[in-house]
Amino acid sequence: MGRAKTIARRTFLIGSAAIAGGVAFGVWRYKTPYANPLLTDLPEGAAALTPYVRITADAITLITPRADKGQGAVSLQAALIAEELDVDLDQIKTDPGPPSPAYYNTALSGDAVPFRATDDSWLAETVRSLADAPMKFLGMQITGGSTTVPDGFDKLRHAGAVARETLKATAARLHNISVTDLRTERGAVILPDGTSLSYQSLAAEAAKTEPVTDVTLRAPSDWRLIGQPMQRIDIVAKSTGTQTYGIDMTLPDMAHAALRLNPAMGGTRLSHDPAPALTMRGVIKVVALPEGVAVIADTTWRAMQAVAAIPVEWGPAPIPPEMDAHWQTLADSFTPDRQDSQFRDTGDIETALSKGTDLTVEYRAPYLAHAPLEPLNATVLYTPERVDIWTGTQVPRFVQNNVAKLTNLTPDAIHIHALMIGGSFGHRLEDEVTRHATRIAMELPGRPVKLTYSREEDMSHDFPRQIAMARGRGRVANGQVTAYDLGIAMPSILASQMGRQGIPTPGPDLQIVAGAWDQPFDIPHYRVTGYRAPELAPISSWRSVGASSNGFFHDCLLDELIHAAGADPLTERLRLCTHAPSRQVLEAVGEMSNWGSALAPGQGRGVAFCLSFGVPCAQVVEVTNTENGLRIDRVFVAADVGRILDPINFEGLVKGGVLFGLGHAMHAKITYAGGAAEQDNFDTFQSLRLYQCPEITVRGLENGTKIKGIGEPPVPPAAPALANAIFAATGQRLREMPFDKFVTFL
Amino acid sequence: MQLTVNGTNHSLDDLEPDMPLLWALRDVLGITGPKYGCGIGQCGACTVHIDGVATRSCQVVVGDVWGPVTTIEGLGTPDAPHPVQAAWIAHQVAQCGYCQSGQIMQAASLLSETPDPTDTEIDDALSGNLCRCGTYPRIREAVKTAARGLKGA
Repeated sequence: MGRAKTIARRTFLIGSAAIAGGVAFGVWRYKTPYANPLLTDLPEGAAALTPYVRITADAITLITPRADKGQGAVSLQAALIAEELDVDLDQIKTDPGPPSPAYYNTALSGDAVPFRATDDSWLAETVRSLADAPMKFLGMQITGGSTTVPDGFDKLRHAGAVARETLKATAARLHNISVTDLRTERGAVILPDGTSLSYQSLAAEAAKTEPVTDVTLRAPSDWRLIGQPMQRIDIVAKSTGTQTYGIDMTLPDMAHAALRLNPAMGGTRLSHDPAPALTMRGVIKVVALPEGVAVIADTTWRAMQAVAAIPVEWGPAPIPPEMDAHWQTLADSFTPDRQDSQFRDTGDIETALSKGTDLTVEYRAPYLAHAPLEPLNATVLYTPERVDIWTGTQVPRFVQNNVAKLTNLTPDAIHIHALMIGGSFGHRLEDEVTRHATRIAMELPGRPVKLTYSREEDMSHDFPRQIAMARGRGRVANGQVTAYDLGIAMPSILASQMGRQGIPTPGPDLQIVAGAWDQPFDIPHYRVTGYRAPELAPISSWRSVGASSNGFFHDCLLDELIHAAGADPLTERLRLCTHAPSRQVLEAVGEMSNWGSALAPGQGRGVAFCLSFGVPCAQVVEVTNTENGLRIDRVFVAADVGRILDPINFEGLVKGGVLFGLGHAMHAKITYAGGAAEQDNFDTFQSLRLYQCPEITVRGLENGTKIKGIGEPPVPPAAPALANAIFAATGQRLREMPFDKFVTFL
Repeated sequence: MQLTVNGTNHSLDDLEPDMPLLWALRDVLGITGPKYGCGIGQCGACTVHIDGVATRSCQVVVGDVWGPVTTIEGLGTPDAPHPVQAAWIAHQVAQCGYCQSGQIMQAASLLSETPDPTDTEIDDALSGNLCRCGTYPRIREAVKTAARGLKGA
């Protein structure tokens, strides 16, 4: 546990700023001193022992700054604090906390440096730690990249330990007892005579106590919560209709808004006539937006009806209007001047392929909407002095800064109240909803306005998953894959997404090759090249980001080469794999699926592997080719996150990730015609339905050396495992998603 | 217009009869358990019971409601959950949870008509309810647990 101590000395600086009713300490900072944001509005007799623990007379509140969009982040963050604080989850409240640089995400930058996740060398670790510095400097409070657990694993336990030891020191001082004679249990300090002093009763005095920051984190053998099945904090509310999501926000005198944006992606509004809407029932105001129109009314339904009645003249699409041009742009991007990275180049691929190739193929992945089931929404109360926003967001600091710019206020006048999110898959990394909602609410000062996107607006104006194309070649000899050359072309996700925030992103975009360049295989001649295509439709991070397309490209090319070599798909992957935890997940799915055993007529079995976000994940899919179409029978999954915090949550996220990967690979795409998305609801943007859901068996391994998140890694291997299984069953290679363009699914 | 929701009678004389029941529940009566997901009957997040039968509240206008309405709030409560809700809690079905009000109402309707459903009957009844998080495996398990719970009740 020496590492945790190092963190304590380096980054926990002791503050002693006295404020009314409490003292700040345990402030997490880096160079620029970030104030403990909990000290604002702290009531008399309360203590904010760290930015993650607030104790008042009536409650212990744990701050869980990473947004919960269904992945159980609130419960996991609370459990990490509670493990060391010695409270149980039925005793505490949680609060997402305010936007603050104190809650920057340390782990997010780790995937932005050109070292494979399997590389634990001194150089890789040093560069990763240096890359953290700008994240701290920018105070990047972001939920994303499956980083909530790796970012919080030490930090949150440390916060709990600091608070616990400070409460013990307080009790020791008050009762003149050595701190070593005290213990803690269920939210109380226990004196040697058995007297129980609740944390709440100690809070006011604790605020006067010199903080104890040099703490030792408990050994795994002493954990009470971590690794055990937990009941999620939100599970009862979500099973009884009592969970309040952003869309359920109600405030006294609240008005409701709906909007309509230029159907052509990114196009502007040239002119409109508000008259027809103004006479409609319940309408309060028509608001002109740069890209569209909005109506404020007394109910959502009336606002939606009225906004549909407004005649609008739209400007042209700033993106290529038809899909042919999008694909052609990608096809034209495999050129030296568009080369973005080539971090995988072992052996001598040019010489190896100079005598010809055994395979030359092209793969495609379409745009995809995030389409979480809760449409975008935000409630904004604007006054000339301050703005209050109730919404679900993964980027509260971006929201704060952008609303400040729109309203000409300072960021500290923008108050964000984070609410539960009904799914995201990356959509809530964008903040267009709060920009629009603010513009609308500014037209009705002093009155809260809830903007709810229609499903059609949400989907057709989503910043979709990247469109991508890959070209692969290879060579086989003596039953082995000997040369592997993959080029991937896509626009830069990072440049598009950060561009909307005005943040420059110099250097290569590793997401263009994520899930491909960094795979733990040792092929004699092995090259992966990224090509940065010009920007097309604006794109965004979609669950598993670059790996969502590249996992498909990389593994399918490998599978095709293995087939060309005449080798067994699992055996050859294992022979080529150099990373022990990755081999173990492959071996696990082999054993789970009884790989090699006989199948029924028409059945096929495919294996795929992708290491993404530091997590090796292997999957075996079994399909049956029936008279009426393909049925997915079973999926076997193994993944290694180093340590599983909650086996119930882990299993749920793995199965959900597999189904997310399968469903989109089977059915989903966003295409543009005339610059407008052709799919705007779940009738045309198809998802996997219950009747299509295969039996899924999950095994979690803990051989990896680092703790990692599981939200995204199960997604990338699902599509290639399905494609490889369909090939095994039918002999047909599917090189373009969605597969239902070529085959029929039941 | 009279509307009975979760046993309470509401007079909605002032409401236009062509407002979808979903929006009348959410914006007029403040009952937010039924969710807006698609507005075209494709996702099932808005599912309520009318006369005990699962119905998409976004597809029924308030003037056409033909019987008493039950929403997820009327099925059971956190302190006294309905057996279907209890099964959903025991299996920890929800991830984002946004579709689960509709899933639970659909499952409760299925089990009231078919107390011992086969796998196919479960699939047929619940395939109109979309879950983007992919909680389907646990939905299947929870329906079976709920069926046992209802028989024991």
